[in-house]
Amino acid sequence: MSIDIQDVHKSFGSLEVVKGVTMTVEKGEVVSVIGGSGSGKSTLLMCINGLEPINSGRILVDGTDVHARGTDLNRLRQKIGIVFQQWNAFPHLTVLENVMLAPRKVLGKSKAEAEAIAVEKLSHVGLAEKLKVYPSKLSGGQQQRMAIARALAMSPDYMLFDEVTSALDPQLVGEVLDTMRLLSSEGMTMIVVTHEIAFAREVSNRVAFFHKGRIHEIGPPSQVIGNPQQPETIDFLKSVL
Amino acid sequence: MFSSLLDTSFSLNDLWFMLKGAGVTLALTFWAVIGGTLLGVVFGVVRAVSPWWINAPLGAVLDVFRSVPLLIQLVVANSFKTIVGINWPPFTVGCVVLALYMSAYCTEIVRSGFLAVPTTTRRAARSLGMSYWQDLSFIVFPIALRVALPSWIGLTLGVMKDTAMVWWIGIVELLRSSQVIVTRIQEPLFVLSIAGLIYFLMSFPIARLGARLEKRWRENE
Amino acid sequence: MHYTFHWLPAFRALPDMLWGALVTLEIALLSMLLGVFFAVVLAVASNSPYRALRGAAASWVELARNTPALFQIYMAYFGLGSLGIHLDSFVALLAGITFNNAGYLAETFRGGLRAVPATQMRAARSLGMGQVQAFRLVVMPQMFRIVFYPLTNQMVWAILMTSLGVVVGLNSDLTGVTQELNVRSFRTFEYFALAAVIYYLLAKLVTVSARLMAWRLFRY
Repeated sequence: MSIDIQDVHKSFGSLEVVKGVTMTVEKGEVVSVIGGSGSGKSTLLMCINGLEPINSGRILVDGTDVHARGTDLNRLRQKIGIVFQQWNAFPHLTVLENVMLAPRKVLGKSKAEAEAIAVEKLSHVGLAEKLKVYPSKLSGGQQQRMAIARALAMSPDYMLFDEVTSALDPQLVGEVLDTMRLLSSEGMTMIVVTHEIAFAREVSNRVAFFHKGRIHEIGPPSQVIGNPQQPETIDFLKSVL
Repeated sequence: MFSSLLDTSFSLNDLWFMLKGAGVTLALTFWAVIGGTLLGVVFGVVRAVSPWWINAPLGAVLDVFRSVPLLIQLVVANSFKTIVGINWPPFTVGCVVLALYMSAYCTEIVRSGFLAVPTTTRRAARSLGMSYWQDLSFIVFPIALRVALPSWIGLTLGVMKDTAMVWWIGIVELLRSSQVIVTRIQEPLFVLSIAGLIYFLMSFPIARLGARLEKRWRENE
Repeated sequence: MHYTFHWLPAFRALPDMLWGALVTLEIALLSMLLGVFFAVVLAVASNSPYRALRGAAASWVELARNTPALFQIYMAYFGLGSLGIHLDSFVALLAGITFNNAGYLAETFRGGLRAVPATQMRAARSLGMGQVQAFRLVVMPQMFRIVFYPLTNQMVWAILMTSLGVVVGLNSDLTGVTQELNVRSFRTFEYFALAAVIYYLLAKLVTVSARLMAWRLFRY
């Protein structure tokens, strides 16, 4: 049980943003991906659940080749939750309905079942009070936690986080990080693309440093963040810490 | 059918007659747009700056012109003219009704253009020491114009097309003139196609210009 | 001013006129339903890979927007007659207004589609929804809100346009009924002023019920 990324290349037109990345994330692991803007970290996440096609290489999720012709992506995406930088709440649905939608329509659960799941997940992220509210009435941090609950409601085996705190006001970052901390303590497998170095150091089993479409360093946080070897990693950490 | 199209009894004189009709259409449009815009700017600014007890009744009255078919407005105005004994030719009645009709729409365009200027921008202008009138003419007006102009062009084209209804009160404009020819030579598809082409040629270039302006201004934002 | 107003005959004719108003409403509603249908077809066609389809859709839209509605109704009534297609005045009016509605609404729908961010589709797909499902459950409801106001505007336009039916000999709608009464009595002002009031109320009926609907539908 793992996400297995093998020599993946990805270009947008003539611009190659991912240049041969190989990395394995085992079940139960939390891997943080750090690096400067435009280093290809977010793109890699989109490739993992097939929202972006790749040019070469392979990505295997529990042995299933994501980009193979016959792969049922809708099926596959049910076990990979993703949370975006822009939380992408569905504005026309209440918080409860946002979370209930996919369990009902994709998993075919009954209304009562879906509601029970949604209430449970929303309580888990601390939004039990906001069930009947529309997203426009929530703060960014609350909307982001709702987006996490929405992904969790599909009972995914893996969670991908794409810079989920970058668009938030500084005082709202903490509540979202707390929710993610909670998930990691429960043993959720997570790939976290983030600019929060301290957070990465605290929750991750491993940290990968991305630079210009490649992984320059990967290893335990004490090593990559605590005692980096590559000059690029040292420069990057100097610039953000 | 093709031979009947080529072998038509439609003459150059008929074309000239239709072009004269198109001239009447343009003349009606011209006066309606002049009158409608002047009134619309005044009403629009009044609606934007006045308290509700002026704003609401004015809005309600103008709304009538947008909620009653123009054809009915023309008939009512024309018969009212006879009743009160004003001796206006139909062309004048047509111009007046069209101008009022246009002013009702123009008011809303001007008003939303005016309201599209953020108070913060105006405050910034005043903070630089500009007077109320300087603020209006150098800040509010240019911004409002950009918001309003594309809609105004659309409205002008709309009014030009709506002039077709004045034939009911006895004015021979483009569509009516083609109808006259149709009655004589009995080739409605052919004659109407020419009329449609003339309308299209009068409308399409301006519509395109409006779309271009809108796009350019949006890109500059 | 030597004119004496005679309102009584006009008020006596009120029931007939109200029946006419019902026909007016019927034509407007039908033309909207058909107009929405063709507008969706046009919007899809204008995104099609086939040039001929795109061209046909573009011509429809440009013709509808750049010629008078009256012209379009004339074409349906007299013009199609030259091709051997003879529509009665009711159908011709309906066809003309539908043609017009579809042209304007196609543009509205295209704009509405652009206004829903692509990230919404992406978020829906990431939850395992298929393309069609995501469009139906996530994109379309949001698009509907954006086009709702232009849609009600077009409905008011459709009501106003029905008055043009009299030009092709329709005598059952509000304007048609009014004109018949007028020809019999020559109380033009009274009859048409009353018709104006009814049209005004019809237009208000549409805008007020649309506002109520919007209030119920769009809570967000």
